[in-house]
Amino acid sequence: MLKYTEDHEWLRAEGDEIVVGITPHASEQLGDVVFIELPEEGREVEAGDEVVVIESVKAASDISAPISGVITAVNTALADTPGSVNDDPLAAWFFRIRPAQGTSLDGFMDDAAYQALIG
Amino acid sequence: MTDDPRRTPLHDLHLSLGARMVPFAGWEMPVQYPKGVLAEHLHTRAQAGLFDVSHMGQVVITPQDGDMAAAALALESLIPADVLGLAPGRQRYGLFTNDAGGILDDLMFANCGDHFLLVVNAARAEHDIAHMGSLGGVTVTPVTDRGLLALQGPQAAEVLARLVPEAADMRFMDSRILPWKGVDLWVSRSGYTGEDGFEISVPEARLREFAEDLLDRPEVAPIGLGARDSLRLEAGMPLYGHDMDTGVTPAQAGLGWSIPKVRRTGGARAGGFPGAEAVLAELADGPAMIRRGLRPEGRAPIREGVAIFAEPSGGAPIGHVSSGGFGPSVGAPIAMARLPAALPDGATLYAELRGKRLPAAITPLPFITPSYKR
Repeated sequence: MLKYTEDHEWLRAEGDEIVVGITPHASEQLGDVVFIELPEEGREVEAGDEVVVIESVKAASDISAPISGVITAVNTALADTPGSVNDDPLAAWFFRIRPAQGTSLDGFMDDAAYQALIG
Repeated sequence: MTDDPRRTPLHDLHLSLGARMVPFAGWEMPVQYPKGVLAEHLHTRAQAGLFDVSHMGQVVITPQDGDMAAAALALESLIPADVLGLAPGRQRYGLFTNDAGGILDDLMFANCGDHFLLVVNAARAEHDIAHMGSLGGVTVTPVTDRGLLALQGPQAAEVLARLVPEAADMRFMDSRILPWKGVDLWVSRSGYTGEDGFEISVPEARLREFAEDLLDRPEVAPIGLGARDSLRLEAGMPLYGHDMDTGVTPAQAGLGWSIPKVRRTGGARAGGFPGAEAVLAELADGPAMIRRGLRPEGRAPIREGVAIFAEPSGGAPIGHVSSGGFGPSVGAPIAMARLPAALPDGATLYAELRGKRLPAAITPLPFITPSYKR
């Protein structure tokens, strides 16, 4: 069951971690992705911190941490195949984050709310 | 400007092809089609791409008394090029300069026998037309009833020859008026991609029919402004307003080659254009700063405005990126930058990106080998 942010990230809970990527809508808006800069594993982040830079053929965009916590893993395969974000955005995860205590995903959009947002 | 953007005669066709439209230089233009910028770029280099460039300014310069030489000399008073020596049926590249030697616009001009045809940048068309208003002995007529297409790529000639057989006989920078289904096409063998190809001016009422006739060919795909930019960047071609403007001289823009001996110091028609003294002195001495190619290490693109440093830390910038992005055919990021002319090719510099300095090597332009039909 995916949750979504207003910045067009998808969030998927797996055990005590959250996996983060960008939505097909975001991937389409960005255009062909040619470079992705990922955060360092182990980095402690606050919600709203810029953690990923995505360069498409058009422009650079930032992805911010949806929640506070610790980055536990990053998808290093994206460095060699940034285009996988366009090919299969729901599979091309960016990073896993272990939320700070007391973090809930309840405030994020469900699929219906997100579909309503992007119209 | 609060005016609504203008639409080219192919607006509905772009929408039916699924284009994403963006504002550009006062026009609403397709930036990409569903294939996407990378695929469109690679398609153009492999087969043939069709670009709607109807936003560009087409201007006819007609001698008032039929004297083409006098009209050529009038144009030479604004453009430091050899207009007088341009044979009928041929086209050249040139610049409008200002009194300080800066570049007001870049353009193509063709000798069409009894008139000249100029193609200027969309954002500068109004300016250029006013600029030429002071010329004596010629009539300056903006072309308002024709669109402009570019057909570019290794299969462009074969495809165009199916519609217009005479196009196959043209050489690079030839310009001809050729018949197609009862109307005149103004065809030049040139472009802005580094590929063989054509630019074709078509009467507006027949533009869509002509474009669709080309798009029906399996080799031809529609190409948006996104790929147009990456194609010209790989081909080392400057873009007005980015790689040059009124603050950049011809020598600094790396466009000294467009000013031939006859217009330089000691030439038969030396000078006689705005800013000639400064422009010619700098051409003779060599500019301190010049447009050069840069290849960043790694995969992160460096874009317009990024500061370039000589050292991995400290110091002041020695230049900046004027155009940059990803080169799909190169398979890596590429850029053009204003840099000291004295630095050797291959020198490693540092581009400051998001607080980090990334190594980048000075690389001769262009990034790809052009395949013009000379």
